Amino acid sequence: MKKLTAILLLAMLPFAAHADLRVFACEPEWAALAMELGGDHVTVSSATTAYQDPHYIQARPSLIAAVRRADLVICSGAELEIGWLPALLQKANNRNVSPGASGYMEASAFVLRIGATGNVDRSQGDIHPRGNPHVQTDPHNIAIVAKALGERMAELDSANSALYESKLASFSTRWATAIASWEERAAPLRGLRVITHHNSWVYLEKWLGLEEVANLEAVPGLPPTVSHLSGLASRFRDGGASFIVRSTYQDEKSSQWLAERSGIPAVMLPLTVGGSDAATDLFTLFDDIIDRLLGALAK
Amino acid sequence: MRIISKWSVAATLITLCATDVLAQNSEQDLDALRTEVAALRGEYEARLAELERRLQVAEQNARQANQPAQVPAAASSTSQSAFNPAIGVIFSGNAWNHSKNPDGNDIQGFPYGGEAGLISEGLSLGETEIDISANVDDKFTAWLTLPVAIEDGEAVVEVEEAWIETTALPAGLSARFGRFFSGIGYLNSKHLHAWDFADQPLPYQVFLGDQYIDDGLQLRWIAPTPLYLELGAEIMRGERYPAAGADNSGLGSYSLYANVGGDAGNSSWLAGVSHLDVSAIDRPSGPEDEPALFTGDAAVSGMHFVWKWAENGNWKQRNFVLQSELMWRSEDGMYTLPGSAPLAYDDTQFGWYMQAVYQPFPRWRFGTRIDALSADNPGAQFAGTLLEVPVDDPMRFSLMADWSNSEFSRLRLQYTRDEASRLHGHQFGLQYIHSIGAHGAHSF
Repeated sequence: MKKLTAILLLAMLPFAAHADLRVFACEPEWAALAMELGGDHVTVSSATTAYQDPHYIQARPSLIAAVRRADLVICSGAELEIGWLPALLQKANNRNVSPGASGYMEASAFVLRIGATGNVDRSQGDIHPRGNPHVQTDPHNIAIVAKALGERMAELDSANSALYESKLASFSTRWATAIASWEERAAPLRGLRVITHHNSWVYLEKWLGLEEVANLEAVPGLPPTVSHLSGLASRFRDGGASFIVRSTYQDEKSSQWLAERSGIPAVMLPLTVGGSDAATDLFTLFDDIIDRLLGALAK
Repeated sequence: MRIISKWSVAATLITLCATDVLAQNSEQDLDALRTEVAALRGEYEARLAELERRLQVAEQNARQANQPAQVPAAASSTSQSAFNPAIGVIFSGNAWNHSKNPDGNDIQGFPYGGEAGLISEGLSLGETEIDISANVDDKFTAWLTLPVAIEDGEAVVEVEEAWIETTALPAGLSARFGRFFSGIGYLNSKHLHAWDFADQPLPYQVFLGDQYIDDGLQLRWIAPTPLYLELGAEIMRGERYPAAGADNSGLGSYSLYANVGGDAGNSSWLAGVSHLDVSAIDRPSGPEDEPALFTGDAAVSGMHFVWKWAENGNWKQRNFVLQSELMWRSEDGMYTLPGSAPLAYDDTQFGWYMQAVYQPFPRWRFGTRIDALSADNPGAQFAGTLLEVPVDDPMRFSLMADWSNSEFSRLRLQYTRDEASRLHGHQFGLQYIHSIGAHGAHSF
């Protein structure tokens, strides 16, 4: 009998050790943050990679299965995922992560969003009335979301709450130090003018004091048109900006075309973790963004 | 900034007056006064700047007041309009050319069911669809689809869908009740604006009347497994094609279905099986003026497979979709044809389609589809009637190209070589699908 009990206990062990918090992140930056704050106690999956435009994702079966099993869903929000996340949540039948439940979080809800506007019309393109959703490009925003996410994880997995609290404290300290060093390194960038493919970088620009002077997309969310690009080519014929910035998933043709005609260097910046070989976590993401901008400036 | 310049002007005036009155005073006093005024002005400007900054923050916060996480007080707003449901309207229309007169054309051996049929020749307004949806409360959500169709020159508003769905059942369960598209097959629950071709494939047209919609109850379960597994069961009234007459005290049809799916690299797949069992009383099919009437039991079984690929999984740039469905319909009962006595019918018919759609770059998609039907002859008693199955299987071949300026507008060109309906001709068509207002997320 003792032997049987021991076997039964052993058989149950994997389940006991598996008291994980399952986190479903819509974007890699929130997946990376959840891993920083949860360590071995969380199982994290990301719906998208840095090579995918998070506006356009298929509500595919694997994602429905992942949402079904999730304890916590964290997304950028502000309607970035409006084309697919509602379909996932509706199909997944998981009441713990439906909007309004404690297992559902929108990162952009915790930060001051840029570009929130009451009156919009679709002739203005794919704009977000609740503000620009690409909030992760300002590390100060990450710090705010980290606090909210860490507290939420501690609430959902209360057995390990002390662990989440200490991880959050450690992350916050390391993050504050990192921000200070990034700000020091990025000082030469202050006041420089940039052209961006899509308006994904407004938070980074505000943080580093960059000035956005044009977008390659004539209308947000729609591919750059030939006529708009030719207009930019004549406007920036003699320079007038320091970088042409695109994200990993954006077609490089448009920015290269303009770079050849204007002499302004085209720079690919990782919009999220995994967007370049160097950007393997949140710390190296910002290291790499600043490296790439300073590198282009030095040329 | 205007406030600050007013203060500056005032400060300058004070300075000037002071200078006038104290003209005889010593340079030293004057300098002291100047310094004092300057300090005062500096202090006011700093305070004004601080006030302006606080005002800016307050304004920005006010703009975001509709966001519950930051300003929960907004929920106490007395405005009823804050709870307005999401409303969207979908516009569609066709310009279609048939190489032969399409009037009264049916598919020999396989009469069209329900709403199905050839697209009207010439210019025509398609379905104009009004979608209204919202969460009812914390446990229910609701959806209403009101298509406005033109029938014999009159605008007719229908209730195509009107359902309530639970959002808070435990254990991966949900229930939907009201009127809805059955979950069978792959295309059955897709709205017209999400179709890749202007018309449904032949098995859907003939076996399901384009799409099976009825009043009833649906239960769905999603398994808590890494592999996607969905099981569904429905019990329906049995009023709409392929059912009819709400037999069995208004519980005339039921269905069961299962779907599995997952990822493989940059591809995703979905496979499923489904079964629909209905009973029919005097169910019309074929020509509207002289329909064939069926009374008996019918069952439609099917299997489907969908494979979607995108470069790096980035759907926006380049993607490819391959999909196929096989369907069998068994009918056991009596067919009453115009001008004849009821004839016993017991036969199984088969239909299938396969289609591929490729988006080589944003905005443009190109597709091809083949769809066909086949069956054994139902018997000598049907010789010379609409139900006699032809020697050559009905078959069609279609090509399409569409251009979407945004996800809300689409223009489509379609060519079909039609060897299914009796006319055996060519069809060329143009279609537009535009939507305004709220637009729900699309399922896989």
